[in-house]
Amino acid sequence: MRTQRFGGKGIVKRLNFSANTALYSGIIIIGLLAIIAIAAPLLSHYDPIGQDLENTLIAPTRHHLLGTDQLGRDVLTRIMYGARIDLTIGILAVVFPFILGTTLGLISGWRGGLFDTLVMRIVDTTIAFPFYVMAIALVFVVGAGPKAIILAISLVGWVAYCRIVRAAVLVAKELDYVHAAKLSGLPTSRILRKHVLPNVITQAIIFSMSDIVLSILAIVSLGYLGLGVPIPTAEWGSMIQEGQAYILQQWWIPTIPGVMVVITGFGLSLIGDGLVKRLNK
Amino acid sequence: MSEIVLSATNLSKHFIGKQSVIGKIRGKEPLSVPAVDGVDLSMPAGSTIGLVGESGCGKSTLGRTLVGLYPSSGGSLSLFDRQIGNDRSLEERRAVQMIFQDPYSSLNPRMKVRDMLEEILLFHKLADKESVQKRCVELMELVGLPVTALQAYPRQFSGGQRQRIGIARALALEPKILIADEAVSALDVSVQASIVNLLQDLKRDLGLTMLFISHNIAIVRQVSDRIAVMYLGRIVEEGLTSEVFNNPQHPYTKLLLGSVPKMTPGSKLGAAPQGELPTIQARYEGCRFQSRCPIAKSACATTDPALIQIGSKDHQAACINL
Repeated sequence: MRTQRFGGKGIVKRLNFSANTALYSGIIIIGLLAIIAIAAPLLSHYDPIGQDLENTLIAPTRHHLLGTDQLGRDVLTRIMYGARIDLTIGILAVVFPFILGTTLGLISGWRGGLFDTLVMRIVDTTIAFPFYVMAIALVFVVGAGPKAIILAISLVGWVAYCRIVRAAVLVAKELDYVHAAKLSGLPTSRILRKHVLPNVITQAIIFSMSDIVLSILAIVSLGYLGLGVPIPTAEWGSMIQEGQAYILQQWWIPTIPGVMVVITGFGLSLIGDGLVKRLNK
Repeated sequence: MSEIVLSATNLSKHFIGKQSVIGKIRGKEPLSVPAVDGVDLSMPAGSTIGLVGESGCGKSTLGRTLVGLYPSSGGSLSLFDRQIGNDRSLEERRAVQMIFQDPYSSLNPRMKVRDMLEEILLFHKLADKESVQKRCVELMELVGLPVTALQAYPRQFSGGQRQRIGIARALALEPKILIADEAVSALDVSVQASIVNLLQDLKRDLGLTMLFISHNIAIVRQVSDRIAVMYLGRIVEEGLTSEVFNNPQHPYTKLLLGSVPKMTPGSKLGAAPQGELPTIQARYEGCRFQSRCPIAKSACATTDPALIQIGSKDHQAACINL
């Protein structure tokens, strides 16, 4: 599942968008989601975990735009609060592996030798495990919760960044501008920071956009499996899981959180594809 | 003769291939490619030495070893009569700078020209915060670029302009010796001429010593005071440009010069070289040119010729048949 993003056409190509249209519409989608997440307490006067057992499973009305769930909680409110959890964890679960993978890939590609061999073998070992098996095992070890999810995704996700950056460094370190920097006697740390890193990091940035989609997907999947953020906290994955019993009568309860995952993924993919065009110019 | 600024004695650079674990256990010798194999070269102050030879003869490797990009694997290098090792001081690095062949890969695409120059000027303390701006402007004028170029990224320039930026970067460090590795071969012919002229002017005005590496014999002849001819990692003939061109001694030089088309009607190219280029190997038995040499004798198979003086002139060649 982690290899999907390498094949196929990007969204931009399929929809025949210009790079800027894609980038800006992606930013608008994700921006709106972020505003909804941040402003959730202002937009809704319901409590996302407060139960109202007299009004369970009601269809959408003027008071409950998306109805209520089996415990009488307002579905729309829970969706908004869920965005807070899912977006935050999704971003954090990309920031940490991004930093770790980029740093290790940079040093590994530059120095080569024993360090490189060691890091690459760890990468191979990590990749050899199916992503979810590894993540679920780590969540079991650490115990369910946001920290465990971030840790699990980070420990598995850094390998992609490491490989991408290392490959780019291997190319960049043989380019003449890096030779020129060496010739002028600049210290290695400076060469890496100012001459190598800015030229290799673009690939990692682009990749991170599709990686956020996957990490949100992973959070939702773990939530669905009961290994995510513990209930009753509002989170899209556990909402789908709890709602699936009512899919025939109150279909909106499990469906809307799923649609939210799709919209988030779509927005981030648009940003990613827009960035590819922008940064590779 | 003027002072020697940079001289190589028996300099060599061997690239050692990677060896498999099994190879190590079996005690096999790793593959070693002697790209530069015992080069003697002296660069008199203020001269331009043209280094010519066919592809793969080690011209670029020699240039990169001289400039310190590759550590040497044998022999010695001295700069102003002082030995320099593979770990050069900042002062020694500054003295020898290089102009690269490819104007596209030699400039950091994410750095403005100003940042590129300021970084090295400030790092080497060749300018302080106040004077750095002035120095950047001077450098732009020196290489014939408008001052506005400082604000631009490399992608906004053409190949010739990029090469000028590369030259400005090398000159920023106030080098004594400039090594131009095929500096014009990636450019259009019309641009080549302007860059060659620029290099010649700069050399004269700044009193530089230059090693001009090229496979373009015509350009080398125009710019060089001296010519060194390289074959399979060795210098086989060296001397004043006029001497080497008018009176080539080594059979390889004769073949090389004979292969250049002449601008006179009715002239013919010299005979194509016979025989095969030997495969690169760790050691050569006898003269390395014997397989293609039209005048090879049986002694050539056993004697490795050294550079010897030709007559009383400033000219030397490595052949036992002279």
